[in-house]
Amino acid sequence: MTELGPVLAIAQRDLMKLLRDRPRMVTTLVFPLLLIGVLGGSLQANLGRHLGFDFLAFTFTGVFGQTLFQTTAQGVISMITDRENDFSQEMFVSPISRYSIIVGKILGESLVALPQAVAIIAFALIVGIRASAAQFGGLVVVGLLICLLGGAFGILVLSNLSSQEMAGQIFTFVMLPQFFLAGIFNPIKVLPPYLDILSRIAPMRYAVDLGRAAFYAGRPESARVVLDSPVVDLAVIGGMFTVFLIVGTALFVRSERNR
Amino acid sequence: MGELTERIAPVAPGAAIIEVEDLVKRYRKGKTNAVDGISFSVRSGEFFALLGPNGAGKTTTISILTTTLIPTSGRVRIGGNDVVTQASSVRRQVGIIFQNPSLDMNLTGEENVRFHAVLYGLYPYRPQFRLMPTAYRQQVRELAALLSIEADIFRPIKVLSGGTRRKLEIIRSLMHRPAVLFLDEPTRGLDTNGRRNLWEYLRGVQAAGTTVFLTTHYLEEAEAADSVCIINRGRIVSFGPPSRIKAELVSEHVLIDADDRDRLRAELVTRGVAFAETPLFKIKLDGRSAHQLLKAIDTPLSVVAIHQPSLEDAYLSIIGKIDD
Repeated sequence: MTELGPVLAIAQRDLMKLLRDRPRMVTTLVFPLLLIGVLGGSLQANLGRHLGFDFLAFTFTGVFGQTLFQTTAQGVISMITDRENDFSQEMFVSPISRYSIIVGKILGESLVALPQAVAIIAFALIVGIRASAAQFGGLVVVGLLICLLGGAFGILVLSNLSSQEMAGQIFTFVMLPQFFLAGIFNPIKVLPPYLDILSRIAPMRYAVDLGRAAFYAGRPESARVVLDSPVVDLAVIGGMFTVFLIVGTALFVRSERNR
Repeated sequence: MGELTERIAPVAPGAAIIEVEDLVKRYRKGKTNAVDGISFSVRSGEFFALLGPNGAGKTTTISILTTTLIPTSGRVRIGGNDVVTQASSVRRQVGIIFQNPSLDMNLTGEENVRFHAVLYGLYPYRPQFRLMPTAYRQQVRELAALLSIEADIFRPIKVLSGGTRRKLEIIRSLMHRPAVLFLDEPTRGLDTNGRRNLWEYLRGVQAAGTTVFLTTHYLEEAEAADSVCIINRGRIVSFGPPSRIKAELVSEHVLIDADDRDRLRAELVTRGVAFAETPLFKIKLDGRSAHQLLKAIDTPLSVVAIHQPSLEDAYLSIIGKIDD
Protein backbone atom coordinates (compact mmCIF):
# COMPACT_ATOMS: atom_id res chain seq x y z
CA MET A 1 0.00 0.00 0.00
CA THR A 2 1.70 3.20 -1.17
CA GLU A 3 -0.30 5.42 1.14
CA LEU A 4 0.57 3.56 4.35
CA GLY A 5 3.10 6.28 5.28
CA PRO A 6 0.56 9.13 5.09
CA VAL A 7 -2.02 7.03 6.98
CA LEU A 8 0.49 6.40 9.79
CA ALA A 9 1.54 10.07 9.85
CA ILE A 10 -2.10 11.17 10.25
CA ALA A 11 -2.61 8.56 12.96
CA GLN A 12 0.55 9.59 14.84
CA ARG A 13 -0.57 13.20 14.83
CA ASP A 14 -3.67 12.29 16.85
CA LEU A 15 -1.72 10.24 19.34
CA MET A 16 0.80 13.09 19.82
CA LYS A 17 -2.07 15.47 20.45
CA LEU A 18 -3.35 13.27 23.26
CA LEU A 19 0.07 12.67 24.82
CA ARG A 20 0.76 16.43 24.90
CA ASP A 21 -2.57 17.30 26.46
CA ARG A 22 -2.35 16.07 30.08
CA PRO A 23 -5.73 17.41 31.28
CA ARG A 24 -7.39 15.60 28.36
CA MET A 25 -5.53 12.40 29.22
CA VAL A 26 -6.71 12.54 32.82
CA THR A 27 -10.36 13.20 31.94
CA THR A 28 -10.47 10.52 29.23
CA LEU A 29 -9.10 7.98 31.68
CA VAL A 30 -11.09 8.97 34.75
CA PHE A 31 -14.59 9.31 33.29
CA PRO A 32 -15.09 5.64 32.30
CA LEU A 33 -13.77 4.55 35.67
CA LEU A 34 -16.34 6.75 37.39
CA LEU A 35 -19.11 5.20 35.32
CA ILE A 36 -18.03 1.67 36.21
CA GLY A 37 -17.21 2.39 39.84
CA VAL A 38 -20.15 4.59 40.79
CA LEU A 39 -22.92 3.43 38.49
CA GLY A 40 -21.90 -0.20 38.23
CA GLY A 41 -21.14 -0.43 41.94
CA SER A 42 -24.44 1.07 43.07
CA LEU A 43 -26.52 -0.99 40.65
CA GLN A 44 -24.76 -4.18 41.71
CA ALA A 45 -25.42 -3.41 45.38
CA ASN A 46 -29.12 -2.76 44.80
CA LEU A 47 -30.15 -4.95 41.89
CA GLY A 48 -27.33 -7.44 41.34
CA ARG A 49 -28.68 -10.34 43.35
CA HIS A 50 -32.04 -10.33 41.49
CA LEU A 51 -30.50 -10.47 38.03
CA GLY A 52 -28.45 -13.60 38.35
CA PHE A 53 -25.26 -12.04 37.04
CA ASP A 54 -22.64 -9.63 38.35
CA PHE A 55 -23.77 -6.11 37.50
CA LEU A 56 -20.31 -4.62 37.99
CA ALA A 57 -18.90 -6.88 35.26
CA PHE A 58 -21.93 -6.10 33.11
CA THR A 59 -21.31 -2.35 33.45
CA PHE A 60 -17.58 -2.85 32.90
CA THR A 61 -18.11 -4.56 29.55
CA GLY A 62 -20.74 -2.01 28.56
CA VAL A 63 -18.57 0.99 29.44
CA PHE A 64 -15.60 -0.67 27.71
CA GLY A 65 -17.49 -0.86 24.41
CA GLN A 66 -19.19 2.51 24.81
CA THR A 67 -15.96 4.33 25.69
CA LEU A 68 -13.99 3.01 22.74
CA PHE A 69 -16.87 3.60 20.33
CA GLN A 70 -17.54 7.12 21.61
CA THR A 71 -13.88 8.20 21.87
CA THR A 72 -13.13 7.18 18.31
CA ALA A 73 -16.33 8.69 16.94
CA GLN A 74 -15.74 11.91 18.85
CA GLY A 75 -12.12 12.04 17.69
CA VAL A 76 -13.07 11.70 14.05
CA ILE A 77 -15.71 14.38 14.48
CA SER A 78 -12.91 16.63 15.81
CA MET A 79 -11.92 17.04 12.15
CA ILE A 80 -14.53 19.78 12.18
CA THR A 81 -12.13 21.68 14.46
CA ASP A 82 -9.36 21.13 11.94
CA ARG A 83 -11.64 22.48 9.25
CA GLU A 84 -12.35 25.60 11.28
CA ASN A 85 -8.65 26.03 12.08
CA ASP A 86 -7.74 25.55 8.43
CA PHE A 87 -5.49 22.60 9.23
CA SER A 88 -7.71 20.24 7.25
CA GLN A 89 -6.86 22.25 4.13
CA GLU A 90 -3.27 21.12 4.53
CA MET A 91 -4.46 17.52 4.38
CA PHE A 92 -7.04 18.06 1.67
CA VAL A 93 -4.67 19.81 -0.74
CA SER A 94 -2.25 16.89 -0.50
CA PRO A 95 -2.32 14.35 -3.34
CA ILE A 96 -3.28 11.36 -1.16
CA SER A 97 -6.66 9.63 -1.42
CA ARG A 98 -9.47 11.06 0.68
CA TYR A 99 -10.05 7.54 2.02
CA SER A 100 -6.45 7.44 3.28
CA ILE A 101 -7.07 10.66 5.20
CA ILE A 102 -10.18 9.21 6.83
CA VAL A 103 -8.59 5.81 7.52
CA GLY A 104 -5.57 7.56 9.08
CA LYS A 105 -7.89 9.60 11.24
CA ILE A 106 -9.83 6.52 12.39
CA LEU A 107 -6.59 4.69 13.12
CA GLY A 108 -5.25 7.68 15.07
CA GLU A 109 -8.36 8.00 17.17
CA SER A 110 -8.26 4.24 17.80
CA LEU A 111 -4.75 4.71 19.18
CA VAL A 112 -6.11 7.50 21.35
CA ALA A 113 -8.80 5.15 22.68
CA LEU A 114 -6.34 2.36 23.42
CA PRO A 115 -4.97 3.80 26.70
CA GLN A 116 -8.57 4.03 27.87
CA ALA A 117 -9.09 0.33 27.12
CA VAL A 118 -6.00 -0.54 29.17
CA ALA A 119 -7.10 1.72 32.03
CA ILE A 120 -10.61 0.23 32.09
CA ILE A 121 -9.26 -3.34 32.19
CA ALA A 122 -6.79 -2.41 34.93
CA PHE A 123 -9.62 -0.83 36.92
CA ALA A 124 -11.75 -3.95 36.43
CA LEU A 125 -8.99 -6.05 37.96
CA ILE A 126 -8.66 -3.63 40.88
CA VAL A 127 -12.38 -3.78 41.72
CA GLY A 128 -12.34 -7.56 41.63
CA ILE A 129 -13.73 -8.41 38.21
CA ARG A 130 -12.14 -11.70 37.31
CA ALA A 131 -11.67 -13.28 33.90
CA SER A 132 -9.07 -15.39 32.14
CA ALA A 133 -6.25 -13.83 30.17
CA ALA A 134 -7.91 -15.16 27.02
CA GLN A 135 -11.15 -13.39 27.89
CA PHE A 136 -9.38 -10.08 28.51
CA GLY A 137 -7.32 -10.66 25.37
CA GLY A 138 -10.48 -11.28 23.37
CA LEU A 139 -11.90 -8.07 24.76
CA VAL A 140 -8.88 -6.09 23.53
CA VAL A 141 -9.14 -7.57 20.01
CA VAL A 142 -12.86 -6.76 19.94
CA GLY A 143 -11.91 -3.30 21.23
CA LEU A 144 -10.03 -2.61 18.00
CA LEU A 145 -13.09 -3.56 15.94
CA ILE A 146 -15.24 -1.32 18.14
CA CYS A 147 -12.84 1.57 17.47
CA LEU A 148 -13.10 1.04 13.73
CA LEU A 149 -16.90 1.04 13.88
CA GLY A 150 -16.91 4.15 16.10
CA GLY A 151 -14.56 5.93 13.69
CA ALA A 152 -16.70 5.07 10.67
CA PHE A 153 -19.80 6.20 12.57
CA GLY A 154 -17.96 9.44 13.37
CA ILE A 155 -17.22 10.17 9.72
CA LEU A 156 -20.88 9.61 8.82
CA VAL A 157 -21.94 12.10 11.51
CA LEU A 158 -19.18 14.53 10.49
CA SER A 159 -20.26 14.49 6.86
CA ASN A 160 -23.56 16.03 7.92
CA LEU A 161 -22.10 18.77 10.10
CA SER A 162 -21.21 22.31 9.18
CA SER A 163 -19.78 23.73 12.40
CA GLN A 164 -18.20 22.78 15.70
CA GLU A 165 -21.20 24.15 17.57
CA MET A 166 -23.50 21.92 15.55
CA ALA A 167 -21.18 18.97 16.25
CA GLY A 168 -21.69 19.37 20.01
CA GLN A 169 -25.48 19.45 19.68
CA ILE A 170 -25.78 16.57 17.21
CA PHE A 171 -23.29 14.39 19.04
CA THR A 172 -25.40 14.32 22.20
CA PHE A 173 -28.47 13.54 20.10
CA VAL A 174 -26.90 10.59 18.27
CA MET A 175 -24.80 9.25 21.14
CA LEU A 176 -26.79 9.50 24.37
CA PRO A 177 -29.82 7.43 23.23
CA GLN A 178 -27.42 4.69 22.16
CA PHE A 179 -26.17 4.37 25.75
CA PHE A 180 -29.57 2.97 26.66
CA LEU A 181 -30.41 1.27 23.36
CA ALA A 182 -27.08 -0.60 23.49
CA GLY A 183 -27.66 -1.66 27.10
CA ILE A 184 -24.51 -0.26 28.62
CA PHE A 185 -25.96 0.05 32.12
CA ASN A 186 -29.42 -1.43 31.56
CA PRO A 187 -30.23 -4.99 30.54
CA ILE A 188 -32.05 -4.98 27.20
CA LYS A 189 -32.61 -8.70 26.76
CA VAL A 190 -36.32 -7.95 26.79
CA LEU A 191 -37.57 -4.75 25.19
CA PRO A 192 -40.93 -3.48 23.95
CA PRO A 193 -41.14 -3.76 20.12
CA TYR A 194 -40.57 -0.05 19.37
CA LEU A 195 -37.46 0.04 21.55
CA ASP A 196 -36.29 -3.27 20.14
CA ILE A 197 -36.37 -1.81 16.61
CA LEU A 198 -34.47 1.27 17.72
CA SER A 199 -31.96 -0.88 19.57
CA ARG A 200 -31.32 -3.01 16.49
CA ILE A 201 -30.43 0.02 14.37
CA ALA A 202 -28.08 1.48 17.00
CA PRO A 203 -24.46 0.71 15.95
CA MET A 204 -23.26 0.83 19.56
CA ARG A 205 -25.48 -2.17 20.41
CA TYR A 206 -23.35 -4.48 18.24
CA ALA A 207 -20.09 -3.01 19.51
CA VAL A 208 -21.04 -3.56 23.14
CA ASP A 209 -22.58 -6.96 22.47
CA LEU A 210 -19.49 -8.26 20.68
CA GLY A 211 -17.39 -7.14 23.65
CA ARG A 212 -19.67 -8.98 26.02
CA ALA A 213 -19.63 -12.06 23.80
CA ALA A 214 -15.82 -12.11 24.10
CA PHE A 215 -15.81 -11.50 27.84
CA TYR A 216 -18.60 -13.92 28.76
CA ALA A 217 -17.49 -16.69 26.36
CA GLY A 218 -17.87 -20.04 28.16
CA ARG A 219 -19.53 -18.51 31.24
CA PRO A 220 -22.94 -19.65 32.47
CA GLU A 221 -24.36 -16.09 32.59
CA SER A 222 -23.54 -15.57 28.89
CA ALA A 223 -27.08 -16.48 27.80
CA ARG A 224 -28.54 -13.83 30.15
CA VAL A 225 -26.17 -11.05 29.05
CA VAL A 226 -25.19 -11.53 25.42
CA LEU A 227 -27.89 -10.53 22.91
CA ASP A 228 -26.79 -11.91 19.54
CA SER A 229 -24.40 -14.49 18.19
CA PRO A 230 -20.84 -13.08 17.71
CA VAL A 231 -21.20 -14.00 14.03
CA VAL A 232 -24.23 -11.72 13.73
CA ASP A 233 -22.43 -8.95 15.63
CA LEU A 234 -19.35 -9.27 13.42
CA ALA A 235 -21.41 -9.28 10.23
CA VAL A 236 -23.39 -6.21 11.26
CA ILE A 237 -20.25 -4.38 12.42
CA GLY A 238 -18.49 -5.22 9.15
CA GLY A 239 -21.46 -4.10 7.07
CA MET A 240 -22.01 -0.89 9.02
CA PHE A 241 -18.28 -0.06 8.95
CA THR A 242 -18.13 -0.44 5.16
CA VAL A 243 -21.28 1.56 4.49
CA PHE A 244 -20.47 4.31 7.02
CA LEU A 245 -16.91 4.67 5.71
CA ILE A 246 -17.81 4.84 2.03
CA VAL A 247 -20.93 6.97 2.36
CA GLY A 248 -19.44 9.18 5.11
CA THR A 249 -16.21 9.85 3.20
CA ALA A 250 -18.05 10.57 -0.05
CA LEU A 251 -20.45 12.97 1.69
CA PHE A 252 -17.66 14.62 3.68
CA VAL A 253 -15.49 15.22 0.63
CA ARG A 254 -18.47 16.53 -1.29
CA SER A 255 -19.42 18.91 1.50
CA GLU A 256 -15.79 20.09 1.71
CA ARG A 257 -15.37 20.83 -1.99
CA ASN A 258 -18.92 21.60 -3.03
CA ARG A 259 -19.75 24.43 -0.66
CA MET B 1 19.11 29.55 -3.17
CA GLY B 2 18.69 26.29 -1.36
CA GLU B 3 17.93 22.90 -2.74
CA LEU B 4 14.16 23.37 -2.54
CA THR B 5 13.89 25.58 -5.57
CA GLU B 6 16.01 23.45 -7.86
CA ARG B 7 13.17 21.60 -9.46
CA ILE B 8 12.23 20.59 -12.96
CA ALA B 9 9.29 22.63 -14.22
CA PRO B 10 6.62 20.44 -15.77
CA VAL B 11 5.73 23.22 -18.20
CA ALA B 12 8.21 24.96 -20.51
CA PRO B 13 9.21 28.41 -19.21
CA GLY B 14 6.92 31.04 -20.66
CA ALA B 15 4.14 28.56 -21.58
CA ALA B 16 0.78 28.88 -19.81
CA ILE B 17 0.86 26.92 -16.56
CA ILE B 18 -2.46 28.21 -15.18
CA GLU B 19 -5.40 28.48 -17.56
CA VAL B 20 -8.73 29.81 -16.29
CA GLU B 21 -11.65 29.89 -18.70
CA ASP B 22 -14.97 31.51 -17.89
CA LEU B 23 -14.84 30.46 -14.25
CA VAL B 24 -18.03 30.84 -12.23
CA LYS B 25 -18.64 29.97 -8.59
CA ARG B 26 -21.89 30.44 -6.75
CA TYR B 27 -21.95 29.09 -3.19
CA ARG B 28 -24.86 26.87 -2.30
CA LYS B 29 -26.42 29.52 -0.10
CA GLY B 30 -25.25 32.44 -2.25
CA LYS B 31 -27.62 34.76 -4.09
CA THR B 32 -24.93 36.09 -6.44
CA ASN B 33 -21.85 34.61 -8.06
CA ALA B 34 -18.77 34.93 -5.86
CA VAL B 35 -16.71 34.52 -9.05
CA ASP B 36 -18.56 35.62 -12.15
CA GLY B 37 -17.06 34.42 -15.41
CA ILE B 38 -13.35 35.22 -15.13
CA SER B 39 -10.71 34.11 -17.63
CA PHE B 40 -6.97 34.56 -17.48
CA SER B 41 -3.76 32.65 -17.86
CA VAL B 42 -0.44 32.68 -16.05
CA ARG B 43 2.85 31.83 -17.72
CA SER B 44 5.34 29.40 -16.17
CA GLY B 45 7.87 31.20 -14.00
CA GLU B 46 5.74 34.32 -13.78
CA PHE B 47 4.98 36.33 -10.66
CA PHE B 48 1.22 36.85 -10.84
CA ALA B 49 -0.82 39.00 -8.44
CA LEU B 50 -4.57 38.81 -7.93
CA LEU B 51 -5.83 42.01 -6.37
CA GLY B 52 -9.22 43.04 -5.11
CA PRO B 53 -11.09 44.38 -2.10
CA ASN B 54 -12.61 42.13 0.56
CA GLY B 55 -15.28 39.89 -0.91
CA ALA B 56 -14.00 40.36 -4.48
CA GLY B 57 -13.60 36.60 -4.99
CA LYS B 58 -9.84 36.21 -4.48
CA THR B 59 -9.95 33.40 -1.91
CA THR B 60 -12.74 31.65 -3.83
CA THR B 61 -10.58 31.73 -6.97
CA ILE B 62 -7.49 30.44 -5.18
CA SER B 63 -9.54 27.69 -3.48
CA ILE B 64 -10.78 26.47 -6.87
CA LEU B 65 -7.29 26.65 -8.36
CA THR B 66 -5.94 24.55 -5.48
CA THR B 67 -8.75 21.95 -5.75
CA THR B 68 -10.36 22.58 -2.35
CA LEU B 69 -13.50 23.99 -3.94
CA ILE B 70 -15.47 22.84 -6.99
CA PRO B 71 -16.43 25.51 -9.54
CA THR B 72 -20.05 25.99 -10.58
CA SER B 73 -18.96 26.20 -14.22
CA GLY B 74 -15.94 26.99 -16.35
CA ARG B 75 -12.61 25.26 -16.68
CA VAL B 76 -9.33 25.53 -14.81
CA ARG B 77 -6.13 23.71 -15.72
CA ILE B 78 -2.85 23.72 -13.85
CA GLY B 79 0.07 22.36 -15.83
CA GLY B 80 -2.44 20.94 -18.32
CA ASN B 81 -4.40 19.06 -15.62
CA ASP B 82 -8.04 19.81 -14.90
CA VAL B 83 -8.62 20.87 -11.27
CA VAL B 84 -11.87 18.88 -11.04
CA THR B 85 -11.17 15.67 -12.93
CA GLN B 86 -7.40 15.48 -12.32
CA ALA B 87 -7.28 16.98 -8.84
CA SER B 88 -4.60 14.62 -7.54
CA SER B 89 -2.18 15.54 -10.36
CA VAL B 90 -2.87 19.23 -9.73
CA ARG B 91 -2.17 18.81 -6.02
CA ARG B 92 1.26 17.37 -6.74
CA GLN B 93 2.15 20.48 -8.73
CA VAL B 94 1.04 23.17 -6.34
CA GLY B 95 2.16 24.48 -2.99
CA ILE B 96 -0.13 26.66 -0.91
CA ILE B 97 0.24 29.18 1.84
CA PHE B 98 -3.24 29.79 3.14
CA GLN B 99 -4.65 33.09 4.29
CA ASN B 100 -5.09 31.75 7.82
CA PRO B 101 -2.24 29.81 9.42
CA SER B 102 -2.69 26.10 8.80
CA LEU B 103 -0.06 24.64 11.10
CA ASP B 104 -0.96 22.14 13.80
CA MET B 105 -0.43 23.96 17.07
CA ASN B 106 0.08 20.71 18.99
CA LEU B 107 3.14 19.77 16.96
CA THR B 108 6.61 21.27 16.62
CA GLY B 109 7.70 23.07 13.47
CA GLU B 110 9.66 20.08 12.25
CA GLU B 111 6.76 17.71 12.98
CA ASN B 112 4.52 19.88 10.81
CA VAL B 113 7.08 19.83 8.01
CA ARG B 114 7.56 16.05 8.35
CA PHE B 115 3.81 15.50 8.27
CA HIS B 116 3.68 17.33 4.95
CA ALA B 117 6.70 15.52 3.52
CA VAL B 118 5.20 12.11 4.31
CA LEU B 119 1.76 13.14 3.03
CA TYR B 120 3.31 14.04 -0.32
CA GLY B 121 5.22 10.76 -0.40
CA LEU B 122 8.58 12.55 -0.43
CA TYR B 123 10.01 10.44 2.38
CA PRO B 124 8.94 7.24 4.16
CA TYR B 125 7.07 7.58 7.45
CA ARG B 126 9.17 7.52 10.59
CA PRO B 127 7.84 8.45 14.02
CA GLN B 128 10.82 10.65 14.95
CA PHE B 129 13.10 13.18 13.26
CA ARG B 130 16.25 11.23 14.09
CA LEU B 131 14.82 8.15 12.39
CA MET B 132 14.04 10.01 9.15
CA PRO B 133 16.36 9.52 6.13
CA THR B 134 19.52 11.63 6.08
CA ALA B 135 18.31 13.50 2.98
CA TYR B 136 15.22 14.70 4.84
CA ARG B 137 17.17 15.81 7.90
CA GLN B 138 19.63 17.65 5.70
CA GLN B 139 16.87 19.34 3.69
CA VAL B 140 15.07 20.52 6.82
CA ARG B 141 18.28 21.85 8.37
CA GLU B 142 19.20 23.70 5.17
CA LEU B 143 15.75 25.24 4.85
CA ALA B 144 15.73 26.27 8.49
CA ALA B 145 19.16 27.89 8.05
CA LEU B 146 17.99 29.65 4.91
CA LEU B 147 15.14 31.27 6.79
CA SER B 148 17.18 31.71 9.99
CA ILE B 149 14.88 29.55 12.12
CA GLU B 150 17.34 26.77 13.06
CA ALA B 151 16.67 27.39 16.74
CA ASP B 152 12.90 27.43 16.40
CA ILE B 153 12.14 24.57 14.08
CA PHE B 154 12.10 21.98 16.88
CA ARG B 155 9.95 24.08 19.19
CA PRO B 156 6.14 23.77 19.52
CA ILE B 157 4.26 26.00 17.07
CA LYS B 158 2.26 27.63 19.83
CA VAL B 159 5.36 29.36 21.26
CA LEU B 160 6.57 30.74 17.90
CA SER B 161 5.96 34.24 16.53
CA GLY B 162 3.64 34.90 13.58
CA GLY B 163 6.62 35.58 11.31
CA THR B 164 8.34 32.31 12.21
CA ARG B 165 5.11 30.40 11.66
CA ARG B 166 4.78 31.93 8.21
CA LYS B 167 8.35 30.92 7.39
CA LEU B 168 7.57 27.39 8.49
CA GLU B 169 4.55 27.33 6.22
CA ILE B 170 6.76 28.41 3.34
CA ILE B 171 9.30 25.69 4.09
CA ARG B 172 6.48 23.20 4.22
CA SER B 173 4.85 24.36 1.00
CA LEU B 174 8.13 24.14 -0.91
CA MET B 175 9.19 20.71 0.35
CA HIS B 176 7.69 18.94 -2.65
CA ARG B 177 9.13 21.49 -5.10
CA PRO B 178 5.84 22.72 -6.53
CA ALA B 179 5.65 24.20 -10.01
CA VAL B 180 3.21 26.83 -8.74
CA LEU B 181 3.26 28.41 -5.30
CA PHE B 182 -0.06 29.96 -4.26
CA LEU B 183 0.09 32.60 -1.56
CA ASP B 184 -3.18 33.90 -0.17
CA GLU B 185 -2.30 37.17 1.56
CA PRO B 186 0.89 35.68 2.98
CA THR B 187 2.16 38.75 4.79
CA ARG B 188 -1.02 39.39 6.73
CA GLY B 189 -0.13 39.82 10.38
CA LEU B 190 3.62 40.16 9.77
CA ASP B 191 5.65 43.18 10.85
CA THR B 192 7.63 45.22 8.33
CA ASN B 193 10.81 43.26 8.90
CA GLY B 194 9.02 39.95 8.56
CA ARG B 195 7.40 41.06 5.31
CA ARG B 196 10.69 42.24 3.86
CA ASN B 197 12.43 38.94 4.70
CA LEU B 198 9.59 36.95 3.24
CA TRP B 199 9.66 38.87 -0.02
CA GLU B 200 13.40 38.56 -0.38
CA TYR B 201 13.03 34.82 -0.06
CA LEU B 202 10.04 34.55 -2.41
CA ARG B 203 11.86 36.53 -5.08
CA GLY B 204 14.57 33.90 -4.91
CA VAL B 205 11.98 31.15 -5.22
CA GLN B 206 10.55 32.79 -8.32
CA ALA B 207 14.00 33.40 -9.78
CA ALA B 208 14.60 29.65 -9.56
CA GLY B 209 11.62 29.02 -11.84
CA THR B 210 8.64 28.57 -9.53
CA THR B 211 5.48 30.33 -10.67
CA VAL B 212 4.24 32.56 -7.85
CA PHE B 213 0.51 33.28 -7.62
CA LEU B 214 -0.26 35.89 -5.01
CA THR B 215 -3.33 37.53 -3.57
CA THR B 216 -2.66 40.54 -1.42
CA HIS B 217 -4.09 43.69 0.06
CA TYR B 218 -0.69 45.37 0.04
CA LEU B 219 -0.47 46.98 -3.35
CA GLU B 220 3.22 47.69 -3.14
CA GLU B 221 3.74 43.91 -3.02
CA ALA B 222 2.00 43.56 -6.38
CA GLU B 223 4.10 46.33 -7.98
CA ALA B 224 6.86 43.79 -8.57
CA ALA B 225 4.52 41.31 -10.28
CA ASP B 226 4.87 40.44 -13.96
CA SER B 227 1.08 40.47 -14.32
CA VAL B 228 -1.67 41.86 -12.16
CA CYS B 229 -5.31 40.88 -12.29
CA ILE B 230 -7.70 43.17 -10.45
CA ILE B 231 -11.07 41.67 -9.60
CA ASN B 232 -14.09 43.21 -7.97
CA ARG B 233 -17.43 41.55 -7.21
CA GLY B 234 -16.26 38.39 -8.93
CA ARG B 235 -15.31 40.03 -12.25
CA ILE B 236 -12.00 41.04 -13.77
CA VAL B 237 -11.77 44.81 -14.04
CA SER B 238 -8.17 45.11 -15.19
CA PHE B 239 -5.45 42.71 -16.28
CA GLY B 240 -1.88 43.12 -17.47
CA PRO B 241 1.58 44.23 -16.36
CA PRO B 242 1.48 46.86 -13.58
CA SER B 243 3.02 49.46 -15.94
CA ARG B 244 0.20 49.02 -18.46
CA ILE B 245 -2.53 49.12 -15.82
CA LYS B 246 -1.06 52.31 -14.43
CA ALA B 247 -0.67 53.88 -17.88
CA GLU B 248 -4.21 53.01 -18.87
CA LEU B 249 -5.93 54.06 -15.72
CA VAL B 250 -3.98 56.84 -14.09
CA SER B 251 -2.31 59.63 -16.03
CA GLU B 252 0.97 61.17 -15.01
CA HIS B 253 0.59 64.78 -13.93
CA VAL B 254 2.55 67.76 -12.59
CA LEU B 255 1.61 69.92 -9.66
CA ILE B 256 2.73 73.55 -9.80
CA ASP B 257 2.12 76.77 -7.89
CA ALA B 258 3.30 80.39 -7.97
CA ASP B 259 3.38 83.30 -5.55
CA ASP B 260 1.36 85.20 -8.14
CA ARG B 261 -1.41 82.65 -8.60
CA ASP B 262 -3.65 84.96 -10.65
CA ARG B 263 -0.88 85.47 -13.20
CA LEU B 264 -0.21 81.71 -13.43
CA ARG B 265 -3.93 80.96 -13.83
CA ALA B 266 -4.26 83.59 -16.60
CA GLU B 267 -1.18 82.29 -18.41
CA LEU B 268 -2.42 78.68 -18.37
CA VAL B 269 -5.79 79.81 -19.75
CA THR B 270 -4.08 81.87 -22.46
CA ARG B 271 -1.86 78.94 -23.49
CA GLY B 272 -4.85 76.56 -23.55
CA VAL B 273 -3.40 74.27 -20.85
CA ALA B 274 -6.15 72.36 -19.02
CA PHE B 275 -5.71 72.34 -15.24
CA ALA B 276 -7.47 71.72 -11.96
CA GLU B 277 -6.82 73.64 -8.71
CA THR B 278 -6.43 71.06 -5.94
CA PRO B 279 -5.47 73.74 -4.51
CA LEU B 280 -2.15 73.37 -6.38
CA PHE B 281 -2.44 73.59 -10.15
CA LYS B 282 -2.72 70.01 -11.38
CA ILE B 283 -1.90 69.51 -15.07
CA LYS B 284 -2.20 66.13 -16.80
CA LEU B 285 0.78 65.39 -19.01
CA ASP B 286 -1.13 63.25 -21.53
CA GLY B 287 2.02 62.11 -23.26
CA ARG B 288 3.83 65.47 -23.11
CA SER B 289 7.09 65.68 -21.24
CA ALA B 290 7.12 67.63 -17.97
CA HIS B 291 10.17 69.53 -19.17
CA GLN B 292 8.36 70.71 -22.32
CA LEU B 293 5.36 71.91 -20.32
CA LEU B 294 7.35 73.74 -17.65
CA LYS B 295 9.65 75.41 -20.19
CA ALA B 296 6.65 77.07 -21.84
CA ILE B 297 5.48 78.76 -18.58
CA ASP B 298 6.82 82.28 -17.98
CA THR B 299 5.28 82.91 -14.53
CA PRO B 300 7.90 82.30 -11.81
CA LEU B 301 6.93 79.02 -10.07
CA SER B 302 7.20 78.39 -6.33
CA VAL B 303 6.24 74.68 -6.39
CA VAL B 304 6.98 72.00 -8.99
CA ALA B 305 6.18 68.30 -8.40
CA ILE B 306 5.85 65.48 -10.88
CA HIS B 307 3.41 62.74 -9.85
CA GLN B 308 4.28 59.21 -11.01
CA PRO B 309 1.18 57.03 -10.62
CA SER B 310 1.46 53.97 -8.42
CA LEU B 311 -0.46 50.75 -8.73
CA GLU B 312 -2.37 51.88 -5.67
CA ASP B 313 -3.59 54.95 -7.61
CA ALA B 314 -4.73 52.68 -10.42
CA TYR B 315 -6.38 50.28 -8.02
CA LEU B 316 -8.21 53.01 -6.13
CA SER B 317 -9.24 54.57 -9.42
CA ILE B 318 -10.73 51.28 -10.65
CA ILE B 319 -12.43 50.31 -7.42
CA GLY B 320 -13.63 53.89 -6.87
CA LYS B 321 -15.22 54.07 -10.33
CA ILE B 322 -16.99 50.75 -9.84
CA ASP B 323 -18.29 51.61 -6.40
CA ASP B 324 -19.58 54.98 -7.66
